[in-house]
Amino acid sequence: MTATFSKKSPAPAPAAAGGPRESRRRGDAGGRRMAALLLSPTLLVLALVVGYPVLAGLRESLYVRGEGLDADGFVVEGDRFAGLGNYTAIFSGDRASAFWNAFGNTTFFTLTTVVLETLIGVGMALIMHQAFRGRALVRASILVPWAIPTAISGLLWRWIFQADGAANAVIRQQVLWTADGWPAKFAVVIAEVWKTSPFIGLLVLAGLQMIPREVNEAARVDGASALQRFWWITLPLVKPALLVAVLFRMMDVLRMFDLPAVLIGVNQRSVETLTMIAWFEASNLRYGSAAAYATILFGYIALIAYLFVKILGADIIGDARAATRQRKTERRKKATP
Amino acid sequence: MRRIPLIGALTGTVVALSLTACGGGDGGTAKSGAQAGALEGRGPITFVTGKDRSGYLQKQVDGWNAGHANEQVRVIELPDEPNDQRQQMIQNATTKSDAYAVLNLDVVWTAEFAANRWLVPLPKDQVGLDAMLPATVATGQYRDKLYAVPSTSDAGMLYYRKDLLDKAGVAAPPKTYAEMWAACDKVGKLPEGKGVDCFFTEVNKTESLTISAVEAIESAGGTIIGADGRPTVNTPEARKGVEFLAGAQKDGRMPKAAVTLDTEGGRRHFQSGKLLFQRQWPYQYGLAEKDDGSSKVAGKFAVAPLPGPNGPGASNLGGHNLAVSAFAKNKASALDFIKYLTGAESQKANLLATSQAPTNAALYDDPEMVKKFPYLPVLKQAIGSAKPRPVVVKYGDVTAAIQGSMYDAVQGRTPVDQALADLQGKLGPLTTQ
Repeated sequence: MTATFSKKSPAPAPAAAGGPRESRRRGDAGGRRMAALLLSPTLLVLALVVGYPVLAGLRESLYVRGEGLDADGFVVEGDRFAGLGNYTAIFSGDRASAFWNAFGNTTFFTLTTVVLETLIGVGMALIMHQAFRGRALVRASILVPWAIPTAISGLLWRWIFQADGAANAVIRQQVLWTADGWPAKFAVVIAEVWKTSPFIGLLVLAGLQMIPREVNEAARVDGASALQRFWWITLPLVKPALLVAVLFRMMDVLRMFDLPAVLIGVNQRSVETLTMIAWFEASNLRYGSAAAYATILFGYIALIAYLFVKILGADIIGDARAATRQRKTERRKKATP
Repeated sequence: MRRIPLIGALTGTVVALSLTACGGGDGGTAKSGAQAGALEGRGPITFVTGKDRSGYLQKQVDGWNAGHANEQVRVIELPDEPNDQRQQMIQNATTKSDAYAVLNLDVVWTAEFAANRWLVPLPKDQVGLDAMLPATVATGQYRDKLYAVPSTSDAGMLYYRKDLLDKAGVAAPPKTYAEMWAACDKVGKLPEGKGVDCFFTEVNKTESLTISAVEAIESAGGTIIGADGRPTVNTPEARKGVEFLAGAQKDGRMPKAAVTLDTEGGRRHFQSGKLLFQRQWPYQYGLAEKDDGSSKVAGKFAVAPLPGPNGPGASNLGGHNLAVSAFAKNKASALDFIKYLTGAESQKANLLATSQAPTNAALYDDPEMVKKFPYLPVLKQAIGSAKPRPVVVKYGDVTAAIQGSMYDAVQGRTPVDQALADLQGKLGPLTTQ
C-alpha cells in the first residue's frame, strides 16, 4: 500500500510524514497560482452576479431622474447626478420619520421574532430528538409551517386574523389585527415565528444528532440533572449550529417584506420595514432613492452580522476549516501506519 | 474571522440585486418621442392585460384573429394584482421593448403613462368616442389629448336591503346622508334590525380608501386636486366630506371592524345579512343574488345611486382603458384591434359573458340587457355623475398620501382639520408641474 502510494505521487508523501515546513512553503507559490486559476470561474461568476449589481446599485443611488414636467406635461427625461442627495433626502423632513419608523419596525421584528424563534426552535429540536412512538409524525408536523410558502402563510394568517376570524374567536375579544396599529405588529410576529421556528428547530436537530451519546451518559453517571446536562453539555455542543441558524434568521428578518405585505398590506406605518420603503420608492419610479434605501439596509445588515459574529464568536468558516483540518490529519494518521 | 462579514454582505446583496434588477436597463437618456401621427405598421400584435378571470377574452380575440390572418393578436396575461401589472408594463416601457402593443390600463394610470411618453396619442375622431359615456372618455385623456380608449367602466352604487326598508316603512332609498341615518334608526327598532350595521364603505388602508375619500369629498362639492392641478383639500367642502367618513365611523354607523374589511370582506358582510346600506361595485349584484345558499340576501336587496350631504352623491370611476404602447411596431393594427374590442358589438358580448360594465352608452338602455342586469339604469346614472380620481403623474405617491391622512382621520387619531392640512402640505410637492 505505502509503496504504491509514494511511487504514484511523491508530493503528498512529505506532508504525510509530518509536514516539514520548508517543502510546504516551496510549493506554496505554485499551489496558490493553481488555486487562483481553479477558482477564477467562480470568482468571475460572483463578480458578475454579485459584484456588478452591488456596484450598479451604488451608482444608481447617486442619480435622480424624471423629476419634473415640461410645459406639455411630459416628464423631463434624463439622469442627473445628485451626489449624496438621495441619502440626505432620506434623513430630512417627513421622510426621516418614515425612515426611522421603518428602521424601528425592522429592528423590532428582528429582535422579537429571532428571540422567540430560538426558544421555540430549540424546544422543537429537543422534542424531535427524543426517541418515542410517533416521532416521525411529530417531526413531519413540526416542519409543515416551514414548507408553506410565505405568501400563502401570509394569506392563511390574514384569514385567521380577520375581524371575525379564528384568532378573535379563540380569545373572545374583538381585536382588529389587520388594521394599522400595534395588533398588526403582533400579528406579523406571531405569523413569522410560527413559520420559521421549524427552521431553527431543524438546524439545531442536526446539531443535536452530532453530539456523541457517551458525553451525555457520562454526565448522567456523574449525577448531573437533566437541566444541568442541557446547560453544560447539550447547549455548548450545539452552539455552532444554533449560531448559524440564528445568524441566517437575523439576516432574513432584516430584509423581511412578503409576510407583512401580504398579511397587513403595504404602506401601513405599523409594519412598514426598510425593504418595503425601498419597494415603494422603486414602484414609483424613484430608482435612485430606492437604491439608497437598499444600500442603507445593506450596511445595516452587514453591521449586525459583523457584530453578531464578533460578540458571540460564531466562527462559521473557521469552524468548518478546523473540522476539515482535523479530518485530514485523522485520515493521514490512519494512512501512515 | 475576517471573512465572516462577507456572508452578511452577500445576503445584503440580494436586496440590492433585486432592486437593481428592476432599475437596471433604463439608463437611456433620449427617448425617441413617438408622437401623434405615428400610428403606422401592420402585422401581428400582442394584447397585454391582467389575468382574465372569465376566460372569455380569448374567444373575443379568436373572433378578431379569424378575420385578420396577417394581424394576429396574442394575449399576454399579467398577474392578478393591478400593481404587478403596472410594474411589468413599466419595465417593458423603460426597456423600450416592442413586446407589448395594446395595453389594458387601469383608469388611474393614464396620466403617468402618458407623461412618461410610454403611450401614443390616439385620434379622437376615429375611435367612436361619441357612443361612449363622457365620464369614461375623460379617464383616457391627459392634457386634452386622448391616450386610451375606455373599454370597461365601473362605479360605486348604494346597495340596500329593500325588505328591511319596506318593513320599517321607508318607501324610497335615501338620497341624503340624513335620510340614510333616519332609515337606519327606523330599521334598528325592528326585531329583524337587531345587530344589523347601518352603513359601510371601504376605509381600510388601500386604494379603496382613496376611492371612498374622493366620493365623500366630491359628494360634498369639493375636490382633491383642482382643475389647475393644485391640491384643494383645505376647503370647507373637503372638510365636510371627510367629516362624513370620520363621523360615520365614530358614531358607530359603520361597523367597528370596517377598517379591516376589504372589498370582498364588505361583500361577505352584506351577504351575511348584517348590513343595511353598502357602497359597493356592480360585480356584487350577481353574486349576492345567487340562491345557492352563499348569500342570505338574495332577492332582498336593490341598488340606488349614492347619497350625498344635500342630495345625490358623486360616485367614483373605476374601469379599464386600452392604449397603444409607444414602442410597439404595428401601431395601425393595434388601433384597429382597440376599435374592435371597444365597439358596440364586442362590448355587448362582453357584458353578457362577464357582466363587466360597458362604456357604450346605448347598452345601458337596451331592454334585453336591463332585463338580465337590472342594475344597469342605476349604474348609468352613477357613471354619469361620477368623478375620476385625481389625475396626476405621480399617482402612486398621491394615493399613498391620501390613504395615510384619511386613515388617521377616519380612525379618529388626528382631527379632520389637521389631517387635511397635513395632506394639503404633502400633496403640494407631489403635484408641482
